[in-house]
Amino acid sequence: MSDRDDILQRLRAAPRGKAPLLPDVSAFHAALAAGMPASTPAARRTLFCEKMAFWHGEVVRVTHDSWPEKLRELCLAKGVRSLLCGERHAVALRGAGIEGLKTYDRPLEEWKAELFQNIEAGLTSTRGGIAETGTLIIWPDASEPRLLSLVPPIHFALLDARQIYDNLFTAMSEQGWSAGMPTNALLVSGPSKTADIQVTLAYGAHGPKELIVLLLVDEEELA
Amino acid sequence: MNTQALRFVPASEFKERAAAAVADEHLRHSFRGAMDFLIGKRAAQFPDPVALEQQRALAEHIRKYSLARLPDLLEQLERKLTENGIQVHWAADPEQANRIIIDIARRHSTRLMVKGKSMVSEEIELNHAMADAGMEALESDMGEYIVQLDGEKPSHIIMPAIHKTKQEIARLFAERVPGAGYTESVDELIGIGRAVLREKFMSADIGLSGVNFAVAETGTLCLVENEGNGRMCTTVPDVHIAITGIEKVVEKLEHVPPLFGLLTRSATGQAITTYFNMISGPRRPGEKDGPREMHLVLVDNGRTQAYSDEQLRSTLQCIRCGACMNHCPVYTRIGGHAYGTTYPGPIGEIISPHMLGLAATHVLPTASSLCGACGEVCPVRIPIPDLLIRLRGEAQHDERPGHFPMLGQGAAKSRVIDAIWAGWAALYTRPALYRAFGWLATRFRALTPPMQSGWTVSRTPLKPAGQTLHERMAARKRP
Repeated sequence: MSDRDDILQRLRAAPRGKAPLLPDVSAFHAALAAGMPASTPAARRTLFCEKMAFWHGEVVRVTHDSWPEKLRELCLAKGVRSLLCGERHAVALRGAGIEGLKTYDRPLEEWKAELFQNIEAGLTSTRGGIAETGTLIIWPDASEPRLLSLVPPIHFALLDARQIYDNLFTAMSEQGWSAGMPTNALLVSGPSKTADIQVTLAYGAHGPKELIVLLLVDEEELA
Repeated sequence: MNTQALRFVPASEFKERAAAAVADEHLRHSFRGAMDFLIGKRAAQFPDPVALEQQRALAEHIRKYSLARLPDLLEQLERKLTENGIQVHWAADPEQANRIIIDIARRHSTRLMVKGKSMVSEEIELNHAMADAGMEALESDMGEYIVQLDGEKPSHIIMPAIHKTKQEIARLFAERVPGAGYTESVDELIGIGRAVLREKFMSADIGLSGVNFAVAETGTLCLVENEGNGRMCTTVPDVHIAITGIEKVVEKLEHVPPLFGLLTRSATGQAITTYFNMISGPRRPGEKDGPREMHLVLVDNGRTQAYSDEQLRSTLQCIRCGACMNHCPVYTRIGGHAYGTTYPGPIGEIISPHMLGLAATHVLPTASSLCGACGEVCPVRIPIPDLLIRLRGEAQHDERPGHFPMLGQGAAKSRVIDAIWAGWAALYTRPALYRAFGWLATRFRALTPPMQSGWTVSRTPLKPAGQTLHERMAARKRP
């Protein structure tokens, strides 16, 4: 008998007590929300920024028109000489005249060493944010590959302030994740870190050392 | 560099190792400090005890529901993963699991495998099997990298190098990492590890990872981590192998957030980890990175034995947060290595007997004062103290009707102990005999032996009083 059949047979032979009902996660969250003040976009944004700061993530407010220019300034200020982006934003960024701009337009195998050794920052889009934990939702795809948010030492992430959800459960239900997951979906809360040496926190363990969120807000809000 | 894996030492020598650990002041200091830190961090995440109980109830419900449907969910998971392009393998025991992984590695002419943190890979001693097959398996979690560099095993499931000071790690790096100087700066030490391991991620042929939750409805493998090495291992090499115990599956994606939220808060007192990595398939046409080939190895290794009994099944609710060990007074005093098993502390005491048999592990369930702290902090409400008592019993008696015999059933049976209990039962069920024994024990108390086996190792001998309690009560009532 194969190991598979053997394992399944043993599981099926086990006594079955009363089967528990399907857990109602949605009702749990509804009850939780009922006991709290109504969630507003402004409150979610404030909480998101607070939590992101707690994780050592920086939040910079930008507008839909001005963000490439702001990114250029940030790169200059941080001394970034090579910025990697996906095809999605390549045109906008080229327009801003960012120096050392590169596009992730080839399969990894063709330029692995260059990606690891010569890229100082990467820019990704996000699918939204989570206020409760200060978290970015990132769904890499053909335009913005998985390593864009992992290998470069600085990670810039573009987040639409209108796309901030209360918590992970509301984000996944409102965006309908279970209907089709990408090959890789990520939640990112701050730069990479470790406390494996004497429980002392250190940033930049294996991934980015810095995370900068470019928070897209309306023109009036910036003023 | 030393990448030779050490075999776990037999748990039967637990008492000797525990005695040595208790005498090691430095080790006790390390663990006490780290556990107090983790206990404080966890407590700060749960300020409202009522809310915590609601969350635990939901998490327990999800785990019990998933286990009740386990065979169906495993088949559904296999179907979805296969649809997504992930190959699924089943392994009844560690040998089979190693064989599957080594076959895949050989097929790809592997020289180097980089590993993200996986306790199941420790459980099957994969590093050792890989070394025997002439291939290198390198740990990439900072803590795991440190213990592997020193030829050790993890002493805690979440913080593998918690028993080491930064001075020890500084010396280790200076000795073993080519080109590294001596530094006690934690940032610099992490920088050294980062530089070494980034080279390895680039050159590795295979990446191996564990799984925190496997979602049946979408065919998604979830990984929880702070460092980013898990993402490296599952993204950079051309082949990704994930390995997990069969109990980690949940039905729906929406079952993940309640468990994930409790896992990180209970483990390290974090509301969330830096990364939550949800993988649902290898690189698709047009995508520019990610592995081209993916495998999942589902490991039994004694889990079906725990599953076959309705009480013991709750062992499998575990989400491996480590809170039970952080709060265990025994673990805090002896550290993780004394147990000699992959999983130390209370969870190890209840899961190891299923993996290794009671003959090798019957002493582990006795390494508890039954204070109940483990059961109280468990985010999925595993009744750990009840299971410890149950396993102590199973080690002492033969198979009984109602459940399958456990591996090593009755391994700690002793004629002397059985005789003592039989005598005890006789005394307490026959009043005349009881009174006669009481009279004899009090009148001949001078004959009590001064050495009383295990009791007098660290306690003064027991000696009956001059009169029985019955006699003293009778004397009080008289006037």
